Amino acid sequence: MTTTSPNSPLVVESSPPPIAQSGPVAWLRKHLFNTWYNTLLTVILAVVMLLAVWGIFNWAFRLAEWAVVPNNLALFMSGLYPAAQRSRIWAMLGVNVAMAGVTWGLLARNQAQLFGRSILIGVGILCAGLIIFPLTRPSAVALIGMVVLTLACAWGGKALGQRKLNLTQFLSAAWFLVYSISLLILAGGDIRNSLLFLVATIVLSIWLASIVFNVLTKFSVVDAISGNTVGIWAMRVLWFGGSLALFLPVYGFLNVPLPLKIVTMVTYIAFVSLLVPILADRRTLTTFVVAASMFGLGCFLITVVADLIGGTIGLQAIGTNNWGGLTLTLFLAITGIALCFPIGVLMALGRRSNLPIIKGLSIAYIELIRGVPLISILFMGQVMIPLFLPEGVRPDNIVRAIVGLTLFSSAYLAENVRAGLQAIPRGQSEAAASLGLNNPLTLSLIVLPQALKTAIPAIVGQFISLFQDTTLLGIVGLVELLGISNSILANPKYLGDYSEAYLFIAMLYWFFCYAMSLGSRRIELALNTER
Amino acid sequence: MASRSNSPISGIQSLLRDERFWKIAFQALIVLFVVDLLWHFSATLNDNMLGRGINFGFGFLGNPAGFAIGESLLDYQAQDAYSKVIQVGIINSLRVMIVGVILATTVGITAGVASFSDNWLLYKISRAYVGLVRNVPLLLQLFFWYLAVFFSFPAPRNPFLFPNANMSWLVLSKKGIYIPGPAFTPATWTGIILLAVSLLLIGLVFNSVKVVRSGSYRGGVGPLLGYGFSLLMIPVLLVAEFFLLFNWDAEKGLYFKGAFPSLMSSPQGLWVIVLLALIIPLVVLARWRTQVIVEQGQSGKPQLVAIALLLLLGLGILLFALGWESPVAALKDDGTFTGGVTGGLKLSLEYAAIVTGLTFYTGAFIAEIVRAGIQSVSQGQWEAARSLGLNSGLAMRMVVFPQALRVIIPPLNSEFANLAKNSSLALAIGYPDLYSVANTTFNQTGRPVEVFLLMMATYLIINLLISFNMNQLNSAVQFKER
Repeated sequence: MTTTSPNSPLVVESSPPPIAQSGPVAWLRKHLFNTWYNTLLTVILAVVMLLAVWGIFNWAFRLAEWAVVPNNLALFMSGLYPAAQRSRIWAMLGVNVAMAGVTWGLLARNQAQLFGRSILIGVGILCAGLIIFPLTRPSAVALIGMVVLTLACAWGGKALGQRKLNLTQFLSAAWFLVYSISLLILAGGDIRNSLLFLVATIVLSIWLASIVFNVLTKFSVVDAISGNTVGIWAMRVLWFGGSLALFLPVYGFLNVPLPLKIVTMVTYIAFVSLLVPILADRRTLTTFVVAASMFGLGCFLITVVADLIGGTIGLQAIGTNNWGGLTLTLFLAITGIALCFPIGVLMALGRRSNLPIIKGLSIAYIELIRGVPLISILFMGQVMIPLFLPEGVRPDNIVRAIVGLTLFSSAYLAENVRAGLQAIPRGQSEAAASLGLNNPLTLSLIVLPQALKTAIPAIVGQFISLFQDTTLLGIVGLVELLGISNSILANPKYLGDYSEAYLFIAMLYWFFCYAMSLGSRRIELALNTER
Repeated sequence: MASRSNSPISGIQSLLRDERFWKIAFQALIVLFVVDLLWHFSATLNDNMLGRGINFGFGFLGNPAGFAIGESLLDYQAQDAYSKVIQVGIINSLRVMIVGVILATTVGITAGVASFSDNWLLYKISRAYVGLVRNVPLLLQLFFWYLAVFFSFPAPRNPFLFPNANMSWLVLSKKGIYIPGPAFTPATWTGIILLAVSLLLIGLVFNSVKVVRSGSYRGGVGPLLGYGFSLLMIPVLLVAEFFLLFNWDAEKGLYFKGAFPSLMSSPQGLWVIVLLALIIPLVVLARWRTQVIVEQGQSGKPQLVAIALLLLLGLGILLFALGWESPVAALKDDGTFTGGVTGGLKLSLEYAAIVTGLTFYTGAFIAEIVRAGIQSVSQGQWEAARSLGLNSGLAMRMVVFPQALRVIIPPLNSEFANLAKNSSLALAIGYPDLYSVANTTFNQTGRPVEVFLLMMATYLIINLLISFNMNQLNSAVQFKER
């Protein structure tokens, strides 16, 4: 301790100044030039990138003929939709944007400030961009109107959400309503043929049936009927007649040999028409039959009334062969997504079922569909569905396309959901069973929510590829975004402007796909319970 | 009521209260419903076809096709039979799939590993590539490559040459893309494709033999079905394998010679066989070396020298015996180009577009799979490898990547299957693949059902081959646990 040798650490020698640990130079040294091969790589990549960027800029600002995009913007957006009716596309956009605003407001009702500084700045930049960007300038007023509508609806939605706390649970129903309204605006024509009318009829009938049913229960009519021998027999006969009346017209169409027909009929009558009313609890049977007849009566009455009034609301009918462009792409994608999700979940459950026949059919469906290219399924939809149906029956082109797209995607979705189901430990369903939940409740309350949460990235990935797969419909004759681009490029005036048109629609596709994956990440974060 | 609940339950009542009875009844109803539906559709189909005067059958395959197609490895003429044009389509499809799988895997692994690079620029480029390509539809990308990129090539009389006219490695024109390549005849290429397919088939044969030998038919309907399927598959596969390898007559039904007759028809093909045969002693030597090192504690140097010599021999064959040549654009006397190109490997623009599009699209997905796989290996493995003195490249190659493989291979399987199925989009840019020729065939013959069945069966078999072999690979890289 007392002696200090010249080599001891106490002797301070002058050392070179330390290498900078922060600042741009240090960052460059650490991330780009840390070893000789990284330096080499950086230099090569930088040169290549600079050349590429220079080439792209040179092309975009000097060589490219961008006129193909603004001149045909309406075609890109809505295809061959009649020019005089294009305001309906705007109206449709308005409805959806308003609903998006309301959704935003409702979901953000607990935030102190709806429009924070960053959002206001973003909106400002967006509006400025809409005015400056040459492509959007002609319709800048309408687009800024849309932005304002969104903000106003968000504000209204927040105010509404703070007053009524349970509104968020109606969001999906409201979106479905918006979907059917949009469809009505797009297609126009007789309101009685629209999805909106169907939905309205069903909802109204349920509402009417529930009112009547409440009155009936008040005077204990149900108990009176189920206690009475004549009453309960009347109910059983009604069930018998009703089940046959629903079955026979559908079954009568089937083109099957007589023995098979008889076997099916006998089985159906034995199990559904006869055994169910005998075995069912009297009160349940009465309740069901009364409610179902009320519902049927309601539907019938509404249809009759609508027929008396007449159903056009002044919107000219636009056939599906006039739909096109981005509008059609989005319509196909949204419809396909909404339809393939429930089918996919059912198939995934079927594949994990312990009923061998259900399992086998699900496996056969999934593996068969996954084994063939989508284009061949779409081709089958276009060429073979008419062959499978009686002479003269030819479903709409777009319906066939959606059927093909849905069948294809649901098989892939089923596999994604199955992976999610497999990730849920067995203990979860055992715990649910020990709490006394039956199978459907265990599935819907315990297993599926967790499984779907686990599978969100895969499911959204499948939705994204469904969105991308709509381009294949261009090959089978629909003029969706890619199809209409090819039609535009076939115009001699725009011959050779491939890069310009394809880059423009590539940006549109990229925007929607990226938005979807961003949304999936947000949902994942919001549902993450393991923070 | 009370008396009823006390009375003993009759047989029929106990049956009706049994859950098992209802399960069976429910399934019986479903079966009836499905049978009815299928019967209905097929009967309607039959009626409609009869109404058009068509009987179901594959006899039309012998009729002359009468349409020409852009490119074919077989010697196809327009008056040849439909069955020949479909075989041409299958080989064209396989050409896209095999090359596409190899290139997409290379691109994908490169981009996936690059996203772990400590070079910021490389990392950003890799991420930008994945984010850009995955979010744009494949069909749009194919159109872009074909119409916007490859179709902007100069006219054949004014080709783009790299590096210069005297020594050109690359000739680009609207006529096609010419790159240096071995002097293979179409028969040699066909032989290589058939050899690749037959190798995949061998995987299936081994799997079936394994299932049959293990005798695992007990335990329900599923294993029994699997067992019966394997039992049935072995002879079918062996016959298919025989024809793929040794079919000597290219005129009767099968319009291509088997792999060995095709390869033996040219000296380069013979060298290819020698090159492939070299793999066997290499594998034997490598195993021997490991055994010697592990069990006898020797250095294994003689074996290493032998391996090196064999590799050198292989490299020699690869470089000098295959007759590599680079494309030469033919010149007229006055120094202008005639438009013709001699030598080298010609890729048509359609083929180049479909392969490029599939490679980059699938490569982006594979990159994400590789990235997720590498991320799944715990940080401790990296640290342990580094603490043993391995640098980051070696740590990745020897420690992390082998472990990542077990996460990578299952999704890779479905990515390869997707690539195989997406190759049918070649129709859109005019490359005559299976789907494209099938489309023309059904349009001409008015027999969508038969053509569709043929096409579906082919794609199903190809997918089955891919997934069986990938599953074999998967079980090889999984952790060996007790």
